[in-house]
Amino acid sequence: MSALLEVLGVSVTFDGFRAINDLSFSIQPAELRAIIGPNGAGKTTFMDIVTGKTRPDSGRVQFGTPPVDLLRLRESDIARIGIGRKFQRPTVFEAQTVFDNLSMALRNERSPFSALGYKAGKSDIERIEEIASEIGLADHLKRLSGELSHGQKQWLEIGMLLAQDPQLLLVDEPAAGMTLGEREHTTDLLVRTARTRAVIVVEHDMEFVRRLECPVTVLHEGSVLAEGSLDHVTANPEVIEVYLGR
Amino acid sequence: MKNTFLARNPSVLVFILLLAVITLLATVFSEAYGTGLLPTNYVKILGKTLCLCLIAIAMDLVWGYCGILSLGHFAFFGLGGYMIGMWLMYARTEDIVIASMTNAALPPTPDEVRDAIGTQIFGVVGGSDVPLVWSFAHSLPIQLALVVLVPGLLALVFGWLAFRSRVTGVYLSILTQAMTLALSLYLFQNDSGLRGNNGLSGLQNIPGLTDAPQSVLSIWFMWGSALALGLGYVFAAWMVSGKFGNVVKAIRDDEARIRFLGYSVEAYKLFIFTVTAVIAAIAGAIYYPQAGIVNPAEIAPIASIYLAVWVAIGGRGRLYGAVIGAALVSLLSSWFTGGQAPDLPLGFYTVQWVDWWQVLLGLSFVLVTLFAPRGIAGMFDRLVRKDAA
Repeated sequence: MSALLEVLGVSVTFDGFRAINDLSFSIQPAELRAIIGPNGAGKTTFMDIVTGKTRPDSGRVQFGTPPVDLLRLRESDIARIGIGRKFQRPTVFEAQTVFDNLSMALRNERSPFSALGYKAGKSDIERIEEIASEIGLADHLKRLSGELSHGQKQWLEIGMLLAQDPQLLLVDEPAAGMTLGEREHTTDLLVRTARTRAVIVVEHDMEFVRRLECPVTVLHEGSVLAEGSLDHVTANPEVIEVYLGR
Repeated sequence: MKNTFLARNPSVLVFILLLAVITLLATVFSEAYGTGLLPTNYVKILGKTLCLCLIAIAMDLVWGYCGILSLGHFAFFGLGGYMIGMWLMYARTEDIVIASMTNAALPPTPDEVRDAIGTQIFGVVGGSDVPLVWSFAHSLPIQLALVVLVPGLLALVFGWLAFRSRVTGVYLSILTQAMTLALSLYLFQNDSGLRGNNGLSGLQNIPGLTDAPQSVLSIWFMWGSALALGLGYVFAAWMVSGKFGNVVKAIRDDEARIRFLGYSVEAYKLFIFTVTAVIAAIAGAIYYPQAGIVNPAEIAPIASIYLAVWVAIGGRGRLYGAVIGAALVSLLSSWFTGGQAPDLPLGFYTVQWVDWWQVLLGLSFVLVTLFAPRGIAGMFDRLVRKDAA
């Protein structure tokens, strides 16, 4: 089985600071992977590169079969070919209803002309209702998303990610600000989603990562320090040193 | 879920009704068709104001809904006026020239007619040839098409260059101001082919309708303006109330985020920029036959800034807000600067409104920005919601 996402020898420098240093990484089409690392390890920059926000100085990033060169695509094109992203701070469109937020995310034509002629059909409405009940917002569809609690916004953004129906999900700190019960639900959802598609979770919270029961990649100073099960990497003396400080 | 067009846009019915009532009342009191209580001049002011409301809707679409603070939409308005003005002026001059030549011994050749028209129109700028840009001025259908095509194409090219390079915010505003200034300066030149600072004049005389008095024409144009405004309002409401409107508002609120949902922000911006430029041009093409003259001063950068002020005072992000702002401020403006407002004697100083109106306008802009960021429409909304609660 060939990799869904292949990152090869990528480097990026901001004002002389090497945020990503010769990073190589790959993930299979149906795989759950956690990325951990201390602050400044390059986790967010890594996501920025994959989603087209940041252009690396060197290296290759390929996606799908046959492989597409992501470095030649714009953000919106990358999103359209099947890479979805959830941000660390929940960013939903607060002036719009939960329904409208989900409807925009729904996998449909994206051009201005198709949006002008768009009418929410039965299947689209059903899909939105299905997602809404999955994320516990079925009774809130008509509310403005700005009125939601922090946790609910977090859920809405996960819902928007699901609505996009991507092949690869990049999820930045999904459990931040969630209660214990909500965390369990999130873990559940991510594990289930990863049965049919690739999910990369960036997380600080070791307890949450443990619950995902998936391979872990440790980033440090812009490159991969260790890879393997959580127990394996946490036993690695280098990882211990990075996390506990020198 | 009730989700018809009118259910999503309750303001449309009220607006159309009000518009119809105002237009009917004006007709009933007009000199041509009614009691004569309303002088033709006022009918023209009303008609022109309706056109300004239409361009304000365009501004609200591009700024209030999509967050692009364009300070160049009056350029499209002016260009629309120039395009229709060319036909108005050419065709009327042609009529006059032919009429004056009927007494000649030999019937005039087409070349002679064309030369005479050239001398008539371009004598003021020291020319006698009809410039190349006037090639289609004899044809109303072509000039009508150019009303849409020229500003539309300019907006398309300008927008493509600007949005593709991801110019946003204040930088884009400056760029649109530069475009307006460049266009205005170009038109000021005598060899621009559009009569330099004289502009195009006599536009209130409609070729072929020379027998109809201004009092009648003004009513027709007022109805035309009202029709255009009504259609523009419905079109704008339709545009922003569906998924397109949601995406556009999302671009305003968080451009980067909507990109990650797979939407091409540039395509949407270009689309709305061009469509609103065309709306502005149509408004201009109906406005200038009522104003009678279009010249480069109309396209001056300040005009586009005023447009933004109208929409801000009226309340951006609400279509009726733009209409209220444009109508209120432009009418007040012509009242204060027209010399009708009585001077205000303060004993030690007499406030002359012609000079002080600008100060008043600037002050109200600051006050609205500080205390009612949603403009007049925002205050109105709050009242309505209180009633409902």
